[in-house]
Amino acid sequence: MSTIKDPVTKGQPPRPVPTPETQHFWDGTRAGKLLLQRCPDCGGKAYFPPRPFCPGCGSRRVEVFQASGRARLYSYVIHHRPAPGFTPPYAIAVVELEEGVRMMTNILDCPQTPEALELDMPLEVVFTRLDDAIALPHFRPAKGTRA
Amino acid sequence: MIRPGAIAIAGAAETTALGTIPELSEIGLHADAALNALSDAGLRPRDIDGLACVGPMRPQMVAHYLGIIPKWVDGTAVGGCSFMLHVRHAAAAIAAGYCSNVLITHGESGRSRIAAMPRLAEPGTLAGQFEAPFGPLGPPTLFPMPVLRFMKTYGVTHEQLAMVAVVQREWAARNPRAFHRDPITVADVLNSRMIAYPFRVLQCCLVTDGGGALILTTAERARDLPARPVYILGSGESVETPMVSQMADFTSSRAFRVAGQEAFRMAGIAHGDVDHLMIYDAFAHLPLYGLEDLGFVGRGEAAGFIAERNTAPGGKLPLNTNGGGLSYTHTGMYGMFALQESVRQLRGTAPAQVPGAKISVCHGVGGMFAASGTVVLGNEPG
Repeated sequence: MSTIKDPVTKGQPPRPVPTPETQHFWDGTRAGKLLLQRCPDCGGKAYFPPRPFCPGCGSRRVEVFQASGRARLYSYVIHHRPAPGFTPPYAIAVVELEEGVRMMTNILDCPQTPEALELDMPLEVVFTRLDDAIALPHFRPAKGTRA
Repeated sequence: MIRPGAIAIAGAAETTALGTIPELSEIGLHADAALNALSDAGLRPRDIDGLACVGPMRPQMVAHYLGIIPKWVDGTAVGGCSFMLHVRHAAAAIAAGYCSNVLITHGESGRSRIAAMPRLAEPGTLAGQFEAPFGPLGPPTLFPMPVLRFMKTYGVTHEQLAMVAVVQREWAARNPRAFHRDPITVADVLNSRMIAYPFRVLQCCLVTDGGGALILTTAERARDLPARPVYILGSGESVETPMVSQMADFTSSRAFRVAGQEAFRMAGIAHGDVDHLMIYDAFAHLPLYGLEDLGFVGRGEAAGFIAERNTAPGGKLPLNTNGGGLSYTHTGMYGMFALQESVRQLRGTAPAQVPGAKISVCHGVGGMFAASGTVVLGNEPG
């Protein structure tokens, strides 16, 4: 598990408050696992964010599974103003996981510039501990692909 | 289904001032706009029996403040396009006989923040858990999130995205009430202060104080009132997701497509029938999504369409002729001002009048592609 580092350098970002329907996700990140859900009735299609039923068909018979952690950079902005817990400029990104779902995140271990942040670049998940209860899923350039 | 043209806008007005209004609180902006619209329609508050404004709790505040006794109320609050939905709902309510004369009001002290609606972010919502921890700070960081994917998919350039702001400033230059009227160039846009790459300050909407109000009634009654009636020919609405990261397609808004198709279907019009178009432009990419999702151009064609001046003064599809949220005004919920400009164009009273405009399409967005409403208006009953 990594410690908070660039671009997250100052203060604390807004802390998520888990609900009963999302607790398993945050238990997972705390244990270093990225947990998604999928619906066997929909051919095992993964979905996100967490909910106790399938948003495709409404089935409550869904299962939790561990994602590979591999993703590609789907889109992003680079924010140039200060925000709690962040030092500008910092990228706010959306990544597309290998399993097909997308999530918002930050990109670590990478210059926060348009030149370094190339769309579709391969990424891997890394977990950033905020406190005893919460670790955030962040992403960094996949090993072996960095310039 | 309501017959196109059965319901009309009989009164329309903005607040007396626009831009920076430190002398009025938010409820005062509602009232100023409402009184102006009532005057425009030749009506008094006691003539109003239906009321719509963006909640929560706003309808009772506005009704009490203005002395209105409504028997139909709509507090639909889906962001800046809520007023398009109010128009659609009010038309249905009048057609159903629930009420006769509906007042729709907007007032927002976006700039001065005098008794303004609180902006809440609940950390237990899905957005609070799965977006907020990664550092977004309101619409300037969230709304542009899909832009780089759109640009890569269709080969859109930064210069083309800058042209959106340049062209709208040309319209604003013709409008004495526009907040910004000085001409700008592509270079000015691309050298302006970076807010959230790829967008710079000239590609982000204004933050202003202001308001507007509309009065809807039956077409028959509207013809007996002093203002030139503007008829509701069709409308559509939809929502997708409160989280921009979860919109299904980063190059197209599902809510735009659903609302737009329904409005065109109800009105029974083709794109070639449209003389004037408003697309809610909180940020410079929205007219691109709007033009494509409403079907005015093909996929990936909107940026070139704007850069080639088709939407500029003198172009074949006049768009955002008041200057838009980028240059005219943007209180936080701009949809009311887009509707006001459509009404002015169809009455023939717009500062940058489109000669002979008969049909106007007014398309709004709420949240970050979260919601949408489309209204087709005409100055003939269809």
